[in-house]
Amino acid sequence: MQKVKNTANPLIQPRLSPSRLRNYWELFGRDVRRDKHLYVLLAPYMVLFMLFTVLPVIISVLFSFTHFNMLEMPRWIGWENYSKLLWNDDVFLIGVKNTLIFSVVTGPVSYIACFLFAWLINELNPKLRAFMTLVFFAPSISGNVFFIWQIIFSSDSYGIINGLLMQLGVIYEPVQWLQDPKYMLGIIMLVQLWLSLGTSFLAFIAGLQTVDKTLYEAGAVDGVKNRWQELWYITLPSMRPQLMFGAVIQITASLAVADVAMALAGFPSVQYGAHTIVTHLVDYGTIRFEMGYASAIATVLFVLMLGSNLIVQKLLKRVGE
Amino acid sequence: MKLVLPLHKKVNRSWQVDALLFLALAGFGSFMAIPLIYVVNNAFKPLDELFIFPPTLFVRNATLENFANLFQVMKNSWVPFSRYIFNTVFITAAGTAGHILLASAAAYPLAKHKFRGSKVLFTVVVLSLMFSPHVTAIPNYMIMSALGWMDTYQAVIVPAFAYPLGLYLMKQFMEQIPDALLEAAKIDGASEYRIFWQVVMPLVKPAWLTLLILMMQMLWGTDGGSFIYSEQLKTLHYAMGQIIQGGIARAGVGAAVAVIMMSVPIVTFILSQSNVIQTMASSGMKD
Repeated sequence: MQKVKNTANPLIQPRLSPSRLRNYWELFGRDVRRDKHLYVLLAPYMVLFMLFTVLPVIISVLFSFTHFNMLEMPRWIGWENYSKLLWNDDVFLIGVKNTLIFSVVTGPVSYIACFLFAWLINELNPKLRAFMTLVFFAPSISGNVFFIWQIIFSSDSYGIINGLLMQLGVIYEPVQWLQDPKYMLGIIMLVQLWLSLGTSFLAFIAGLQTVDKTLYEAGAVDGVKNRWQELWYITLPSMRPQLMFGAVIQITASLAVADVAMALAGFPSVQYGAHTIVTHLVDYGTIRFEMGYASAIATVLFVLMLGSNLIVQKLLKRVGE
Repeated sequence: MKLVLPLHKKVNRSWQVDALLFLALAGFGSFMAIPLIYVVNNAFKPLDELFIFPPTLFVRNATLENFANLFQVMKNSWVPFSRYIFNTVFITAAGTAGHILLASAAAYPLAKHKFRGSKVLFTVVVLSLMFSPHVTAIPNYMIMSALGWMDTYQAVIVPAFAYPLGLYLMKQFMEQIPDALLEAAKIDGASEYRIFWQVVMPLVKPAWLTLLILMMQMLWGTDGGSFIYSEQLKTLHYAMGQIIQGGIARAGVGAAVAVIMMSVPIVTFILSQSNVIQTMASSGMKD
């Protein structure tokens, strides 16, 4: 069955004369009829997926060219939202700056950490492996427990960090960790890293287990000298699908940071010290109800994600060369 | 004590680096674990211990007072506490089950067959992994209200069926199933549906157990988003959030809430972990 489909059909040629075109549609119909079971399996998911994911994105992009406040009908204004956003909105630029600083640091670090920890844990014996997986995975799975960092970095002397530093005599006054723009971003990065060993970490652990063990023996015979060469020439290339998957997840997560920032630094944060693209979006979308403008922010964010994903996927293709 | 990293017995390993790496692992492991240990301990601390200076990590005189207070507060809530529990359990169970079923059904044709439109559909799904949920929040709200689904369970459950994550993960795993196996089933006269249900699904058990963990955790933590308003339909997560915000002795009760909320996903993970991690080796599934 598979083989029949794989052979290039001579009827589908670049030049389509009218008779060829008719053949093409006949063929199309025949293929669809033959594969109808596959479409049936696919249909329920795809219908819901189109309705709740693809359609909203299309609507959102269309809204970004309108003035829309949820009360009046949307009014088409072309690129106005974008030009206002990129040239006249200083707060948005602060958000972009913070988001970029944030994702350039946490994106790669969390991605590499996910892989390194998965790789190290994979070498442990099974019982310890199960335990360490739990330790590293627990923060990301335990929901909104990150509020605990608010207590740890609390501004009074009951906060763990302040208490500890005062006890040691490093500081004499409690530091306002989460109100001071100097520290805010750093703390949010720390917490985000703490939370980031999630989906891709689990996918990497799974991926490491699927690497063919005989490859390592073959590698040793072929002169692989140490674990680093083993990692670069054998492990990483065998895991390319999982690495791609992890990259998509981590990039999206690090560019969309908002929940942690809003929970820890408040919203809006002091001097917009923890303002990101998504908090800007939340501001316009759910507080000011300027939906057109919020949609433009969302579209810019999506383009940013898409761009960084394409770059990273290009880079990942070179792994192990 | 036997060295936990038996790596130096393998080829290409030196024990010095082993030791160093293990130390690093232990160090980062404690960074991951300490905040959670702190929450759990806080949940059992009596009031005076929560506010001593310098703050302590471990509890000295453990008490269940915080949990008792929590249930005291809960008694006075608008709807019975059990209703919140039911809502969350129902949303989590229905959403997870539906997602696993629909995402696997869709992943099978995409992974194992080439047909018209398959490439395009999969590309769209991968692209959609890059949408942050914030991007689609506003139009989603409008679609829900157009469907008349505002303030219903299905507003939270049905979109969960079609998250892109599950399809992507399932497709990856299904691609590892050898074609020969499916062809054999085909020759024996099995229909596509039967192959999917009786051959493919049992083989990708680790994949759907992984999905189970991820979806469970996601839905267990949902607060109903912007769709649910009635108090009778609110989730546990929402109710707990209210308690943390307005509760008495915030730190203690808050920690108790957190411990209750996080224990369910963690227990699920522990229960399915052996299956997920160990059988992910997918031995016997390769050509």
